Amino acid sequence: MFKLLRNIKAITSAMLIGDWLIFVASSMLIIVLFQQLWSHEHATTVQIRLGDTVYGTYSLNQQRDIHVKGTIGNATISIMNGKARFAQSPCHNQYCVHQGWLSRSGQAAICLPNQLSLELVGETKHYDSLNY
Amino acid sequence: MQINTTLDDHRIAKLAAFAIALHMLEALIPSPLPGVKPGIANIVTLYVLYKYNFTSAAWVSILRVFASSLLLGQFLSPTFILSLAGALFSLGVLWLSMHLPRKYFGAVSLSMIAAFAHIAGQLMIVRLWLIPHASVAYLIPIFALAALFFGVVNGLITHQLLNNSSEKIDSASST
Repeated sequence: MFKLLRNIKAITSAMLIGDWLIFVASSMLIIVLFQQLWSHEHATTVQIRLGDTVYGTYSLNQQRDIHVKGTIGNATISIMNGKARFAQSPCHNQYCVHQGWLSRSGQAAICLPNQLSLELVGETKHYDSLNY
Repeated sequence: MQINTTLDDHRIAKLAAFAIALHMLEALIPSPLPGVKPGIANIVTLYVLYKYNFTSAAWVSILRVFASSLLLGQFLSPTFILSLAGALFSLGVLWLSMHLPRKYFGAVSLSMIAAFAHIAGQLMIVRLWLIPHASVAYLIPIFALAALFFGVVNGLITHQLLNNSSEKIDSASST
């Protein structure tokens, strides 16, 4: 027990005031990062990208199949009850289809062979955290 | 043909060998997430930076990246590029932050800064080249948390090594 206490003392004496400053600052930065990037809010729209251009943005509040012509063929993207997924894709490995339904904002499904991707976008509420 | 080597060369080679050995050990440790690694080889880089100078530290770090990628069979693979990007970025940031006043900022500071720079450099490459998509952002907090933790631990170990005057690991006496 004494040895443990002595160790803690030795460890804390190794850290200078600047070390603590950087430690505290980066801890706070990490907490902010968690809050900002791990939002579990439900997405409201889905953005479909083809290559490096935005093909279209659709509301998730509908039931609809979108047919998109990618680089290697036609893909189908389904939207239903606030979720979206690749329903059908001409790609070889079908990773995008197997990813299944996406519902949270920030989630994404990418189909590299077809150069097509889905990204769910929520209402950006970043400034709300300042009001709390 | 004979290459004349200086004592400095011997010392750098020796310290780089230490770094490579630590890197190899680390490659055996399973990781819950690719990219989250203790980075114990950076202890050697920091140690050299404090004990000698920046040039030696840069040599040790770069030699370590090249040699261990050859040993692990990852040379010129994405893993190697990531490793190199992390090492270069971290060296660049170390070069800037080594001018911080020594009175207030110790080895732990430099270790934390280097760890963050390492992960930042790697994430930039991932974002720009491997996965040009915003979904990488999801992992940033985990990487940052790991960088902070291992940065502190490595910094404390470096501090211990520097204060241990009986340490003979870098003696350049052998010829």
